[in-house]
Amino acid sequence: MIPDIKKLTQIAAKTRRDILEMMWLAGSGHIGGSLSLVEIAVVLYHRILNIRPQEPNWPERDRVVLSKGHGAACIYAVLAARGFFPRHWLWNEFIRTDRKLPEHPDMRKVPGIDMSTGSLGQGISCALGIAWAARHLHKKFHVFALMGCGEHQEGQVWEAAMAASHHCLGNLTAIIDYNNRQVSGLTSDVLDPAPLTDKYRAFGWHVRQVDGHEIEDLITIIESPWPEDRPRVILARTVKGKGVSFMEGEAKFHAASLNDEQYAQAVKELGLLEVKAAS
Amino acid sequence: MSHLGHGLRDDWGQTLVSMGHKFEQMVVLDADVGPATRADRFAKEFPNRFVQFGCAEQNMISAAAGMATVGLIPVLSIFACFCSKRAADQVSISIAYPHLNVKLCGSYAGLSTPNTGATHQAIDDINIMRGIPNMVVIEAADALELEQAMEACLQYDGPTYLRIVRCAVERIMPDDYRFVMNHAYRLREGHDVTIFSSGMMVSASLQAADLLKAKGIIAEVINVSTLKPIDTETIVKSVKKTGCAVTVENHTIFGGLGSAVAEVLGEHQPTLLKRIGINDCFGTSGQLESILDHYGLTAIQIAEQTEELLLRKKF
Repeated sequence: MIPDIKKLTQIAAKTRRDILEMMWLAGSGHIGGSLSLVEIAVVLYHRILNIRPQEPNWPERDRVVLSKGHGAACIYAVLAARGFFPRHWLWNEFIRTDRKLPEHPDMRKVPGIDMSTGSLGQGISCALGIAWAARHLHKKFHVFALMGCGEHQEGQVWEAAMAASHHCLGNLTAIIDYNNRQVSGLTSDVLDPAPLTDKYRAFGWHVRQVDGHEIEDLITIIESPWPEDRPRVILARTVKGKGVSFMEGEAKFHAASLNDEQYAQAVKELGLLEVKAAS
Repeated sequence: MSHLGHGLRDDWGQTLVSMGHKFEQMVVLDADVGPATRADRFAKEFPNRFVQFGCAEQNMISAAAGMATVGLIPVLSIFACFCSKRAADQVSISIAYPHLNVKLCGSYAGLSTPNTGATHQAIDDINIMRGIPNMVVIEAADALELEQAMEACLQYDGPTYLRIVRCAVERIMPDDYRFVMNHAYRLREGHDVTIFSSGMMVSASLQAADLLKAKGIIAEVINVSTLKPIDTETIVKSVKKTGCAVTVENHTIFGGLGSAVAEVLGEHQPTLLKRIGINDCFGTSGQLESILDHYGLTAIQIAEQTEELLLRKKF
């Protein structure tokens, strides 16, 4: 067993709690897709990435592009935990008018955010541009793009898939937060992008799959050797709203506000999760 | 003007190469139009700094944004119609919103690609680009201005859109001209009417001024090469003197130069204004000279419409 699994599990529980609190204080937000991303974000920011919280623009840092930009609350929570900015920003700045933490990430405002995103499909293209530039400049850092499943309905994603493979960008890894839910319901009902593994293989990517909530498996898959000749994609099966029973698998919590009762129930469940993670 | 032989696009190809020597961090991105825009000349000189993205403009534009975050200066050499309409969201959100240092060049602007017809004639790109916050919008009138404007864009830290035409244009800017972003340039002094123009229509505007002079009408001709941020001071100063204005553009009359000048005049110097351009219709396929005549953009037609405006001014 990887030694810091327990610690990362505790961090994940705390991250969920932070996300809930942010959403409650802001009045609403993209809560479902932020909760489904937690283990992926925790593994990246607390274990994998070569980054310097005190030097957010360090040129040699690994890059992360949140192509599913609506999951920003999750990334903000892990950035704050890593010390990129003060923790009180999560309570006071999130979705406040023209303040520091907009609902979709803004690279000009938020330390630790490498690209502004929000319009689906664009982030993966930005990520491949960063990867190309890194190779051109003989840089060693790696580029991660965090994507949604519904996002794969955008045609631009497939332009990027072609280009990244054509240009042999082995320094690029896409991780798909595959929760199979979007605003209008099941992704498979709205416009089914499956089978993504076959599609990415056909486009020339190296493909692996994982349970997106299993920290040890995520670490193993990201850290294990990959061929370096082509881009990589990890299809991570996740649950939208993971951690809160009445949100799990519910498309309606893609973007929602919570009433007092829902908030109290969620606090209770996430509190129990934190206790379980600590034991 | 001719769409055959050496065109402004050839000067663009040369400019890319000369700028490539001056700016080491510059890379050129293409969407399978390099031989048309002449970006292939840069590809030949700097093969490692040229990136082919194929017919996939949206991806190319967002990728350029990513490259800019690592310190490269991506130059997008692309047809004006595709980078403005097809990839407007990418230009706006990937590049302009985070204020990234990407240089767009929209070639084949307006009617300068006469054969191709409406699908490839960008008649609304200035309208789109002006509406994008943080975007500097420039149109080059000739080869001299093109090279200087491109260098200014590369020296500027932020997103820029430079519009050029495919066809040949006369050399009209004087040898001692120095392009300055946001400065409009008076090419001809006059007192009866101001003709504001940009890009390939500046040449026709000067010819129109010659025709008007023969009738005793002395027109002032100003090249408004920076559409955004626009040179309010020069526009207002001229119109205070002449009392009326005409705008001439290779673009729809909605949202381009005419609208930009109208905005200035409306806020600072309300003045009778006639916008000459493509009047709320699509382009068409044909021969350049007859197309310009079809859309009322020859020197004779510009002079006629200016005379009509002066008649209205009298009454």
